[in-house]
Amino acid sequence: MAQITLIEAVTQALAYEMKHDDSVVVLGEDVGVNGGVFRATQGLQEKFGEWRVIDTPLDEMTIAGVTVGMAVQGMKPVAEAQFEGFIYPMMEHIACHAARMRNRTRGRLTVPAVWRAPWGGGIRAPEHHSEANEHLFTNIPGLRVVLPSSPARAYGLLLAAIRDPDPVIFFEPKRIYRQYKEEVPDDGEALPLDVCFVLRDGTDVTIVSWGAQVKEALEAADALAAEGISAEVIDVATLTPLDFDTIAESVAKTGRCVIVHEAPKTAGFGAEIAARVAEECLYDLLAPVERVTGPDTHIPLFRLEMKYLPSAERVVDAAKRTLAAS
Amino acid sequence: MTIAAKFEIEYLQYLDAEGKQVRKDLPEFAKDLDHMVELYKLMLSTRVFDAKSIALQRTGKLGTYASCLGHEAAHVGIGSAMKPEDVLAPSYREYGAQLYRGVQPREVYMYWGGDERGNDYQKEPARHDFAWSVPIATQCLHAAGSALAFKIRGEKRVAVATIGDGGSSKGDFYGAINMAGARELPLVIAIVNNQWAISVPRKIQSGAQTLAQKGIAAGLYSIQVDGNDIIAVRKAMEDALERARSGQGGSVLELVTYRLGDHTTADDARRYRGKDEVDEAWAKEPMKRLRNWLVAKKVWDDAKEEAWKAECDDWMDNEVNAYLETKTQPVTAMFDYTFAELPADLAKQRDAVLANENKAH
Repeated sequence: MAQITLIEAVTQALAYEMKHDDSVVVLGEDVGVNGGVFRATQGLQEKFGEWRVIDTPLDEMTIAGVTVGMAVQGMKPVAEAQFEGFIYPMMEHIACHAARMRNRTRGRLTVPAVWRAPWGGGIRAPEHHSEANEHLFTNIPGLRVVLPSSPARAYGLLLAAIRDPDPVIFFEPKRIYRQYKEEVPDDGEALPLDVCFVLRDGTDVTIVSWGAQVKEALEAADALAAEGISAEVIDVATLTPLDFDTIAESVAKTGRCVIVHEAPKTAGFGAEIAARVAEECLYDLLAPVERVTGPDTHIPLFRLEMKYLPSAERVVDAAKRTLAAS
Repeated sequence: MTIAAKFEIEYLQYLDAEGKQVRKDLPEFAKDLDHMVELYKLMLSTRVFDAKSIALQRTGKLGTYASCLGHEAAHVGIGSAMKPEDVLAPSYREYGAQLYRGVQPREVYMYWGGDERGNDYQKEPARHDFAWSVPIATQCLHAAGSALAFKIRGEKRVAVATIGDGGSSKGDFYGAINMAGARELPLVIAIVNNQWAISVPRKIQSGAQTLAQKGIAAGLYSIQVDGNDIIAVRKAMEDALERARSGQGGSVLELVTYRLGDHTTADDARRYRGKDEVDEAWAKEPMKRLRNWLVAKKVWDDAKEEAWKAECDDWMDNEVNAYLETKTQPVTAMFDYTFAELPADLAKQRDAVLANENKAH
């Protein structure tokens, strides 16, 4: 069986679902002949034609609004925002229409659409190509926000997102698009949405993360293990609706919680998890919750960006602080 | 001088302000006088409905309401030209078109009366139409997406969006006509130019001589129409729909009319426009000219007018009663349509709200 990267897993999921469901269409800028600027839609137009892999005019608002309209007519559009930094003109259609269509029509009209966007920093990209802005979407009711952190989860969660009857924002951690390969059978098996994945069992500290930062979380867990500290690593995967029970169960076991994300700290999604830990797990805690995040600044241009992104070392330090506290 | 391209905008009118026929070549539908009487009756019932809505708001039985006074020819012209299988994506004022397609007055009252069930239109073809869009012009792109879906599936259906003159300033409108032009989509956008976007007049919206010509930039068939003349509106709509259905692409129609009422019941138009202008607009309003024309054809008279008004009053009273008798939704309704299935995390919040509600009673 072939080993594939995360970006290839995205392509594999799109191809699988387009082959098995005629209502699935892909649209966006450069998704056709060019196969997307990251090649996520490579070869799809050749296979499925220009009316199912649709190059749109260069207008994000158009892509988003047309996606809403197609979905209301019973299609399953998968729209691509070329970069997360260009998603802002799409937000009105996502927040005011896609996410509330079912609610405002009492279920008469629905929007079974997916918005994919390469997400996050660390690829030496130009300005506006490196943001982590998932928290701007997690406060929108009626919307799922999903971030895979491996090729297998990219495949399984994207299939689930396309099949889901409600709108999904699917952020793809572009820093790990091609970082490693793993076996991902093209069997059409979706992974569940709305659940966290426990990637590593541990007893001393819980590290909670999502997207590209899961890599640093796992590296930190390795480093901690070398020092005899057992870290549990949770990939949140679906930020909203949140599976907090999995996090609570882990924190009840370890008594310590380190939240890692690359978005700015204040009102980042880590704040929600920290608040939930405070509300529901306070008496299980042996140490204050730690957050390892980007600072409340714009992500710098690429000479400094790796200093902005949380490193495994910072995660290790935070974990050790929680252990020192008790 | 070399001309790279040249364009013109036709203006379409059949009846002048007094109901005098200004062109001889009446379209087929207008030769059927029974049908023209039906259209007049729907325009009149729309006006009765509108007056009833405002009365409900003024007596505290409705929230903010956006009146359609003066738009009856434009709205009924749009609705009556469409086929059932077409899709309407309206703004929040096009009741004449919506009533034609099966939206019930009680549903409009429910929405403006603070109940989402008003958007759950029960009757076809309205049931597959969009609910009105409150954010301006966004529905243009939803219609474009619908048109794209129809084209991909090879369905002979047309998506129609309605916006105001202010709406034609928005990127959503430009994006929709641009997409429709590039992909030859079966999309018709009717700009109901009623001269006012709340307090901002048409001339401040755009330096374009006509709003119709914006469609030309996108490669669409574009025409300006007397929006108070239902024969002209209906004819222009029929032509645009036929073009779209037969694969000739999209259209932009500018229906020139006037907002005789306030923007909504929360607005006071006296703050920004003079009485003279409004009086002048009343002289051109859409009901009178069609009535005069029908009376001259001897198919309508005062007695019929009074009888139909009385029938409309009864209809609206019945609708108002149905609305007023509708019980408020349970508090849990705010959760139950957020997702297809209630996520576990949200279920906890629902339980908490329900517990609080039960405690309060």
